[in-house]
Amino acid sequence: MSKKDIRFQYIRYSENTILVKGLTTIDDFLHKELLFYKNKIENHYNKVIVEVILSFNWLLVIYVSAIENFYSEVLQLKSLARKGGKLDDHENRLWKIPVCYSSKLTPELTYFAEMKSLSVEEIIKAHTTPLYTVFFIGFLPGFVYLGGLNKELVTPRKSTPSPKIEKGTVAIGGSQTGVYPCDSPGGWYGIGKTPVNFFDVTVSKPCFVSPGDKIQFISIDECVYNDISILINSKVYQPESSIL
Amino acid sequence: MNAIVEVISPGLYSTIQDLGRTGYGKYGVPKSGPMDLRSFLLANSILNNNENCAVIEWTIIPPVLRFHGDTIIAVTGAICTPFLNDIPCKMNHQINIKKGDVLTLKNVIGGVIGFVGIYKGFSTGVVLNSRSYYNNITEFVKLSKSDKLPFEKSIKYTPQYAALSAPIFWNETDIIYAYKGPEYCQLNEGQNQQLLNSEFIISKDRNRMAIPLDNDLKNDLPSMFSTPVLPGTVQLTPSGKLIVLMRDCQTTGGYPRILQLTTDSIDIIAQKRIGETIRLQLKSFET
Repeated sequence: MSKKDIRFQYIRYSENTILVKGLTTIDDFLHKELLFYKNKIENHYNKVIVEVILSFNWLLVIYVSAIENFYSEVLQLKSLARKGGKLDDHENRLWKIPVCYSSKLTPELTYFAEMKSLSVEEIIKAHTTPLYTVFFIGFLPGFVYLGGLNKELVTPRKSTPSPKIEKGTVAIGGSQTGVYPCDSPGGWYGIGKTPVNFFDVTVSKPCFVSPGDKIQFISIDECVYNDISILINSKVYQPESSIL
Repeated sequence: MNAIVEVISPGLYSTIQDLGRTGYGKYGVPKSGPMDLRSFLLANSILNNNENCAVIEWTIIPPVLRFHGDTIIAVTGAICTPFLNDIPCKMNHQINIKKGDVLTLKNVIGGVIGFVGIYKGFSTGVVLNSRSYYNNITEFVKLSKSDKLPFEKSIKYTPQYAALSAPIFWNETDIIYAYKGPEYCQLNEGQNQQLLNSEFIISKDRNRMAIPLDNDLKNDLPSMFSTPVLPGTVQLTPSGKLIVLMRDCQTTGGYPRILQLTTDSIDIIAQKRIGETIRLQLKSFET
């Protein structure tokens, strides 16, 4: 698909926001185009907009004050969409996230394996092979929406959410997989646990991953899990990463 | 010079709020901020404060507070009678506080959300550019008994007898105005009629994240991927319940966004009590 194939729809959402919808299937190509568009909008407007929120196929452009003329704002946004240029110098990274897939830490793993008629080893292989794309962060502070789950692991969400899924739980819901950054109710199935902290208010960038980054899960045993936990508690651990 | 306010009783659910967090939505951090923005802004303007000064927001049952320093406060929002050491004083007016004074708020006869503003604001901790309490962001989620909230002692005080006149905008109406949401067009005629011609009841499960409405709408809309949402977004859940997202709502959500409340109507619904009814009315952006 070439660039000219993506059409955008512009919708007035509230007094000071405009929604931009990418009218195409959700994939890495659309995601790259939306990220590029988001950066152009942020750089162009600077002080007139507060921020741009990204999801799978939408951008939410939040202005500082109420929009007086919707149509002239849309014309502006459309001209930015056509504008070429390069993505700014942000380099996307591949993060290696250690995960302990053990029913001792995540009792639900046994149930999930039975439900899918897969062995734990097969689940680990299927879950650690892909390089997942970080689409956006939402739902909870530091909750990453990842694309690229192996079709064998796709599982409908629970019809009744669990009251508490523990911080660090690596889970599967529908065709998505992700990590719970804090204790939370949730409808996804836990299959493992990572000691890595996905949200930390004490650092200037509270979530270390950015949309467009990739994540690969690395299987570790419980001893390594405990060792890394100790390092994280003393703030001397950084997950391994490389420039894409 | 700092002094503290001691929380003698926290009330039902009281928090510290300023205008909230902006610029952190990309990390999934909710904006937060006062449930009833206009009553919050009123408290700060009565005190000649910067509009972002932090105040106490209380819900349904007000807190009891002891001031360990001289200052000026203002009580706004839910209609009640403030008592300073058992002497009644006025809402929406500067109240002069002397060290040791105890504030109680009695006879709450209207509304849900109240504010206690203080000269120059509370100086509790700033996390990600805001003092607004939020789970996993700030140290505390709500006020507790014996909490000590710091504020800057006021040195000179010129008594001010003029009150700011503030019409109570939320008490006289049960109409909540809303724009069509991005998925509004997926509703059929029957659902549309039901949406605009029913009375909806405020659920007992209302909180700072959302106000569910107790009636069910027939829902056959397709499920969807997570999309951006805002305070004031009305979602239609799979069970057919409407949920009005409020100030602590998530940045993205996976239910159809059938309506978006006007800024003013978000304040109005925030003040509606459990069991009260509201009606929804469409508004267009052109007017």
